Amino acid sequence: MKRFLLCLSLLWPLLAHGVIETYEFRTEEEQQRYQHFIEEMRCPKCQNQNLEDSNSPIAADLRREIYRMVQDGHSDSEIVDFMVARYGEFVLYRPRLDDNTLWLWGAPALFGLLAAIVLFRLSRRRRKAPPAALSTTDHARLDRLLNQDSRE
Amino acid sequence: MQRLALFIPLAIFLVLAVLFWRGLGMDPQALPSALVDRPVPDFQLTELHDERQLTAADLPAEPLLLNVWASWCPSCRIEHPYLSMLARQGVPLIGLNYKDAPEDARRWLAELGNPYRFNIADRDGRLGLDLGVYGAPETFVIDAKGVVRYKFVGVVDEKVWREQLKPVMDRLRQEQTP
Repeated sequence: MKRFLLCLSLLWPLLAHGVIETYEFRTEEEQQRYQHFIEEMRCPKCQNQNLEDSNSPIAADLRREIYRMVQDGHSDSEIVDFMVARYGEFVLYRPRLDDNTLWLWGAPALFGLLAAIVLFRLSRRRRKAPPAALSTTDHARLDRLLNQDSRE
Repeated sequence: MQRLALFIPLAIFLVLAVLFWRGLGMDPQALPSALVDRPVPDFQLTELHDERQLTAADLPAEPLLLNVWASWCPSCRIEHPYLSMLARQGVPLIGLNYKDAPEDARRWLAELGNPYRFNIADRDGRLGLDLGVYGAPETFVIDAKGVVRYKFVGVVDEKVWREQLKPVMDRLRQEQTP
């Protein structure tokens, strides 16, 4: 009996941590928007977790705010602006394109372009210089070397 | 030209090495406040003790520290003695009691002393959210016009005050009396 109670008590933490808020949505679309935002936004407290994964109180607050704004019919950009105004660009996992993030967004294209140029020039150089034809003396030398090899 | 091309990988390596070396010294937790140089958001909350209505207009018209604290926050207890000392030196200190039960907060202040001129009771964290608070303690430097000028996250101690908050406060005081 004692052991059973002990086992039962082990379940207690599960109960305590299994609490996660549930929100009711009127439409499928609203739920998808909510889901999209809590996946795309970063928890300011526990960095490298999004709002969906984080259990910190601030993440719960932000989820509540997003839910409220989705329910009130705010547009996507209004919701993003709301969060950025309070927590900075940091909350966005996908930073917006502006002066600061120009390099971030442009660098992959730039490197791709660079690689294409290098590849193009390499291939052109190779085509321009065909292997020089062997002279007769070279031929004679080659034959000699090959014969020497087969004899051994 | 061919010879020079051989040095390209080395050059790339050196550039990356410098970048990464600098990255090592950076604080990945540092999070610049989006609120800096913007006015304190509007709010309508009550005072923790006498429950009078408070708005942004009630903030004193002088450079001040707005300290976000809560009785559930262990680090707030750590910085409390230092804040009390600053208050005794005459630094204007306003408390933002963040997501706290008023009874707990009042007991906390009764026990440890109240260094704040007044405390804004932000029970559901609404003002905290508007201020971009993500964990107590946080300390904002606010100028005489009610504009946020600096934000520090973490425990305020001698070093933080001397190196970060005091320089901003001094600058603001100079701005005020040209």
